[in-house]
Amino acid sequence: MSDLADKVLRGDVLATARLIRDLDDGIDGAIAELKVLYPQTGKAEVIGVTGAPGVGKSTLVSRMIENFRARGKKVGVIAVDPTSPFSGGAVLGDRIRMQNHFNDPGVFIRSMATRGHLGGLSSSAYEIIKVLDAFGSEVILVETVGVGQDEVEIAGAAQTTVVVLTPGMGDEIQNLKAGILEIADVLVVNKADREGAQVTVQGLRRLLEMGGFDRKGWHPPICLTVGTDGTGIPDLIKAVDQHREFWNRQKAQPGFEHKRREEDFLRILQGQAVNKLIVSLRRNGCLEEIVARITRGESDPYSESEKVLKLGDYARNE
Amino acid sequence: MAERKIRILMAKPGLDGHDRGVKVVARALRDAGFEVIYTGLHQTPEMIANAAVQEGVDAVGLSVLSGAHNTLFPAVIEALKQKGASSVTVFGGGIIPEEDMTFLRNKGVMAVFTPGTSTEEIISFVRGNIKSVH
Repeated sequence: MSDLADKVLRGDVLATARLIRDLDDGIDGAIAELKVLYPQTGKAEVIGVTGAPGVGKSTLVSRMIENFRARGKKVGVIAVDPTSPFSGGAVLGDRIRMQNHFNDPGVFIRSMATRGHLGGLSSSAYEIIKVLDAFGSEVILVETVGVGQDEVEIAGAAQTTVVVLTPGMGDEIQNLKAGILEIADVLVVNKADREGAQVTVQGLRRLLEMGGFDRKGWHPPICLTVGTDGTGIPDLIKAVDQHREFWNRQKAQPGFEHKRREEDFLRILQGQAVNKLIVSLRRNGCLEEIVARITRGESDPYSESEKVLKLGDYARNE
Repeated sequence: MAERKIRILMAKPGLDGHDRGVKVVARALRDAGFEVIYTGLHQTPEMIANAAVQEGVDAVGLSVLSGAHNTLFPAVIEALKQKGASSVTVFGGGIIPEEDMTFLRNKGVMAVFTPGTSTEEIISFVRGNIKSVH
């Protein structure tokens, strides 16, 4: 029954890949494996890397893998690319930048498609982080899709969020004020050999000085990097390490762990509750009836939604 | 039970640097609703097999324009087998002479597409023959 989970815990690559696939495809039974894995999770350091398309996230991730491998850490990578809203298909190309690590048994790379999920990750990403954690990855790098301003989900999944920018985004930095810049624990100006890198750094510094919300004493460092030749990567890793130490101190504060577990639980409950309700509504033909009533003008979607939640019986017929 | 999404790794083994064809096919498969992982040029059979395993794919599509298909295609199949992933379907394309087709099929290559093949043909092959191995 929990055959797959046992193999994942023993570091079996095939089983791990398969469980990830099952979770991504929403296969019944995959959740049962997660129950077995759950007590073994929470050990990995999860680092998110996010930023607009083309800023160099994959190249930076590849450099970071190199660095963590040099320290002897087992590394897991989740690289998310968008799913076409029209065909449902996707081309996942982040791996191209990570070729150097394909034959390293200490590196497990998985490309994911968003599959319609908004927020910068795939809906299964949280669970897949847990699988890689249980598999034995000591560092898990999560690369989001190329994001705009509001895809801040990564901050909830990672302990350290690295936000990557490039020179020449000067004016746009203003737009980044709310949302993505707020979630940055570490800021990176990549392609720093290009003109305008210092201007970008100054712009970021000014924004950070404005403050705005409580970072609990953490001041996001700004790192200059050139992903293609590795310049600045040690500084970036140092910044990530420092944030990790800060995070560990926060973790020791009362209520911190409680809040994290609560968020995780509510996210899972929300997903499962909505799925279960919709599946059972469809199965019983109730959905048809409800929509027909609304279409005929006999009812409205708000009242019908309330009724469904009040009954709750739909879900109990499982 | 949810429906499986078919995942395909598209790869260029060996030394040839011509990737226009493989990109066209990757794009066409994307537009047909499949998830395509592209890993770039100059892949060894071992790199391709490792990527196929970690990515949990149902099929691997190989593109070879260098003439080394008789070596590279079977080498990928062998590498997959060694990693316990022999259930992954392998198909391929490139400048492949008629007389090599039987050899490649006997080695386990499910289909071979040559220049002039329409993307529709490849899509309908995938639809008809690639089932989720998971």
